[in-house]
Amino acid sequence: MSTFSVTYPVTRADLVRYAGASGDFNPIHYSDRVAEAMGLPGVIAHGMLTMALAARAVGEWAGGPDRVVECSVRFTSMVVVPDDDAGVEVVISGTAGEPDDDGLRTVAVEATCAGEQVLGRATARVRDAHAG
Amino acid sequence: MPEGSDIDDLVGQSFTAPQRYEVSRGKVREFAEAVGESSPLCFDPDAAQAAGYADLVAPPTFAVIPAFTGLHEVMARIGAPLQQQVHGEQGFVHHRPIVAGDVLVATATAQRIRAVAGNLFVTVSCEVADVDGEPVTTARSVVVVRGGAQ
Repeated sequence: MSTFSVTYPVTRADLVRYAGASGDFNPIHYSDRVAEAMGLPGVIAHGMLTMALAARAVGEWAGGPDRVVECSVRFTSMVVVPDDDAGVEVVISGTAGEPDDDGLRTVAVEATCAGEQVLGRATARVRDAHAG
Repeated sequence: MPEGSDIDDLVGQSFTAPQRYEVSRGKVREFAEAVGESSPLCFDPDAAQAAGYADLVAPPTFAVIPAFTGLHEVMARIGAPLQQQVHGEQGFVHHRPIVAGDVLVATATAQRIRAVAGNLFVTVSCEVADVDGEPVTTARSVVVVRGGAQ
């Protein structure tokens, strides 16, 4: 059994950068006006950005992004990102099981923001770093 | 938006994105920077080749870019405005990592569409393959259309 935990800050600038990099220009991720009109508490992070941070944490633990063979999440709660320089912190933690017959480990992942779970049923399968 | 019966007819239908997605080194680096990736596999072609890859390795969730070209084909037929759509679930099974130089084709299938409390839950699977038809990534998405079933 192996565990890890990392904390990533997320700012409005990160949302803009992710929008450009991913091509996801849903205005709820950059416009307070649209976000509030849609009944949201404010601009929220792309769920896929949170998932990307989770996959990054898993990959860094496993020894590289190419070791993440599978990943899946539910987006259970929103990451609300204020329009300031500090943004918010997303905490990613994981618990890895032992390698299976295929040399893959299943990693149970948790992601929290402001004490709330923002991903549900988040799991990854990774190629064991020690199997090469 | 189309009537409910027209939306139900989408279930089981597959749509191929009209354009292939060409993976460039620049886009891999841009995406890797946007998610804070630090692995040299994503930035240094020599490091990627030393690890046995043809070119820069894309981060695991980069696959959302080609997968969404397929998903878009389904959502366009449902006709929901972008700001009404919320991402509910996402999964990827990578048959191999995406690398720079890949030319990818996305084919999306509407698996399930159901109305819950005035919202529409749309489940789409998307097969991302290379130009030879070899599977690269299987993606599964659930998109919630807020107020889409009212």
